Amino acid sequence: MRPGAVYRMSSGVEGKDLDVLDLQERARFEQLVLPHLDAAFNLARWILRGRADAEDVAQEAMLRAFRFFRGFHGGDVRAWLLQIVRNNCYTWLEKNRPMELTTEFDEELYPQAGANPESLAIAGDNRERLTRALEELPPRFREVLILRELEGCSYKEIAAITSMPIGTVMSALARARQRLQRTLTQTDSARNQEANREL
Amino acid sequence: MSCELTESVLHGYIDGELDAARAADFERHLASCAQCTSALETQETLRASIQHAGLYERAPEALRRKIEAQYRGPAPVVVAPVRPRVRPTQWLALAAALILAFFIGVRLLPGPTGRGGQTELASAIVDAHLRSLQPGHLVDVVSTDQHTVKPWFDGKVDFAPPVRDFASDGFPLQGGRLDIVKGRQVAVLVYGRRKHVVNVFIWPTTDPDMSPQSGSQLGYNWINWRKGGMEMSAVSDVSAPDLNELQKLLTE
Repeated sequence: MRPGAVYRMSSGVEGKDLDVLDLQERARFEQLVLPHLDAAFNLARWILRGRADAEDVAQEAMLRAFRFFRGFHGGDVRAWLLQIVRNNCYTWLEKNRPMELTTEFDEELYPQAGANPESLAIAGDNRERLTRALEELPPRFREVLILRELEGCSYKEIAAITSMPIGTVMSALARARQRLQRTLTQTDSARNQEANREL
Repeated sequence: MSCELTESVLHGYIDGELDAARAADFERHLASCAQCTSALETQETLRASIQHAGLYERAPEALRRKIEAQYRGPAPVVVAPVRPRVRPTQWLALAAALILAFFIGVRLLPGPTGRGGQTELASAIVDAHLRSLQPGHLVDVVSTDQHTVKPWFDGKVDFAPPVRDFASDGFPLQGGRLDIVKGRQVAVLVYGRRKHVVNVFIWPTTDPDMSPQSGSQLGYNWINWRKGGMEMSAVSDVSAPDLNELQKLLTE
């Protein structure tokens, strides 16, 4: 036992002995991992499209991270934690909403519209519309956008979190952004048509 | 004419992921490619929209408190040692410790009903409460019907916990489960209070009746009392007055 280790227990949780971290490790966990709770929750919220489910999964992911923390030897803590969160999200989706993982983005539904920066800017002002448009993307496109635009992750970090080759990250982002833009401009033109009908 | 860079390198450029030489190449390309120039403008607008829409959602305070409580402090709350594995040598150590504790206890401590015992019990029930909040741990029998929950305990514990629904008083029964608190099997009734969960731990006792004692630990309120041969402890993150109200209902 290392100096400073106070106790160690094991119990038969999930049929596997579970080492309880000693106080030192607990403090290290608190210092290194807990500050990324917001990132963990935000990613889960966007993959799962709901706060309540995200709370459950983020909590579960933290517990998992806590268990695996011994195996973490330096490096990018946030990417390490987000990888666990992401995996837990997909396991959760497989179990609870498997359809979401197989539904592909319907290209027919969102024909390529002429890109119009002004209409995008207007759309972007509307948080709700942007949220809806993001939520219409398949989870695998949504997650790269969230990691890049909201979490500010580099391609290298996104590759680590999503287990995607680093070369694929750029094209995944390109496709995700294009689809998002199409969804937004499509809802824009639908709205305009409706407005015209009413006139 | 379609430019293939629009759907690849352009994004590396926007994201600042191209090295200096490739970025310079792309800028030269931009000067002669209307499609990329227009796409760049659109994508930059889109990115600004996403970043300024306030889409980042921070963890709720309740979740943060729950997680901090789990991983902070000396109590190993993360494990649920329902069936602790103890080696024979540990039994010996435990026996020795108990004998020693007995002699010291007899001389010095006010006994298990004293303040020390109370704090220890509070830690144990707060730990059990936190454990119950892990996904899938809250209830063994899910029912809002006291006539379903009550018989469920038959044969599982050797006493009859008083199971009642207080939905009309704002504490709907959600179910029950078995748990272990300080090495003893206890019956647990789970009540809802608005969106919060209240765990009520119940076990038989031969100690005399005791008026409610309450306190808080790790941000959770608890209340503990004994009446008519039953000891009960309620724990929750609801307010202390709310817990007092439930305590009164349970002893009526």
